[in-house]
Amino acid sequence: MKLYRADMHIHTCLSPCGDWGMSPRAIVDKSRQKGLDIIAICDHNTAENTGAAIRAGQKCGLTVLPGMEICTKEEVHVLAIFETPDRAVMMQSFVYAHLPGKNSPDVWGEQIVADENDEVITENSRFLIGATTLSIYELVNKINDLDGLCIAAHIDRSAFGIVSNLGFIPEDLQFTALEVSWRMPLSEAAVSIPGISNFPCITSSDAHYIEDVGKVWTGFMLEAPTFDEIRMALAGRLGRRIVQKETIGKEVR
Amino acid sequence: MQTSDLATQFNLTVVAGKKGLDRTVAGGHCGDLLSEVIANAPIGSVWLTIQAHQNIVAVAILKEMAAIILTGGNVPDAETLAKADEEGLPIMLSDQRMYDLAGQLYAVGVV
Repeated sequence: MKLYRADMHIHTCLSPCGDWGMSPRAIVDKSRQKGLDIIAICDHNTAENTGAAIRAGQKCGLTVLPGMEICTKEEVHVLAIFETPDRAVMMQSFVYAHLPGKNSPDVWGEQIVADENDEVITENSRFLIGATTLSIYELVNKINDLDGLCIAAHIDRSAFGIVSNLGFIPEDLQFTALEVSWRMPLSEAAVSIPGISNFPCITSSDAHYIEDVGKVWTGFMLEAPTFDEIRMALAGRLGRRIVQKETIGKEVR
Repeated sequence: MQTSDLATQFNLTVVAGKKGLDRTVAGGHCGDLLSEVIANAPIGSVWLTIQAHQNIVAVAILKEMAAIILTGGNVPDAETLAKADEEGLPIMLSDQRMYDLAGQLYAVGVV
């Protein structure tokens, strides 16, 4: 068992608010440089750049998990992270079927689908920054049905977080974990945000710019850097666990 | 003004919490971020929102609200209706935009 460093929330140039420099390949290179072992790609309401990141990761031994940051109709952001691209694509189809509107690149930014060699494949025209018509219950149930990790995003933020928008964390929602942003150390969140002690908490960079990749990370004690091992660590099973101390507000090198 | 007067005067559809139609309306608040509503809504208000999630019932109880009005044609989730009925908290629906309805309420003295 050893410590693995994970940044479970990184945007690419496919998110309209993501910088052009956030190509899948550049993110993978930066992650290695920062000493990360595991990353998850979580663009707004899409997983179309996850395949390229996974392939780029395979070339250099970085575990890349396909994910999405999905916006519910309550405008709460939830991370959905999967073991395989197939599952991520199933989630994406469900999200696309409930995501109205078209992007205005001039207003929101461009949405670039790229391959693992930094080549532009296409532009996504959906309104990825928008809210789906899914209630938080519908979304959480779907993520769990697809065996994804279901993580309430940046719960410390004053917008798009479950606490800001819904006042508190409803007890009957089946989150795998909660994410506290880089803005607040986990130790502070544990005291200042009511109700989070019932959940495992991670922290991640939510990077939109390349220099922010790995700005904060979560330490996991695992046998191997895999999806199943992370799930076990989040549940605290079989000796796998989140390593709190090393993660709190600390930069990677 | 009582909650029942709101319903008749402004043509609102009462979809839950009919037991609470005799409550006194002590003021008003508009907002969709529940954390903000918890922080700022006056006690005893009628609350205009578009949030449909059942947490609105908990927030309304916390702030001893007179009633919730969902504006803009929004409808509450099923769990929200059940909870509001349980608590006797009136939930009313309006097709009007929040701004328009709030202006009308203000004009008749709901302040």
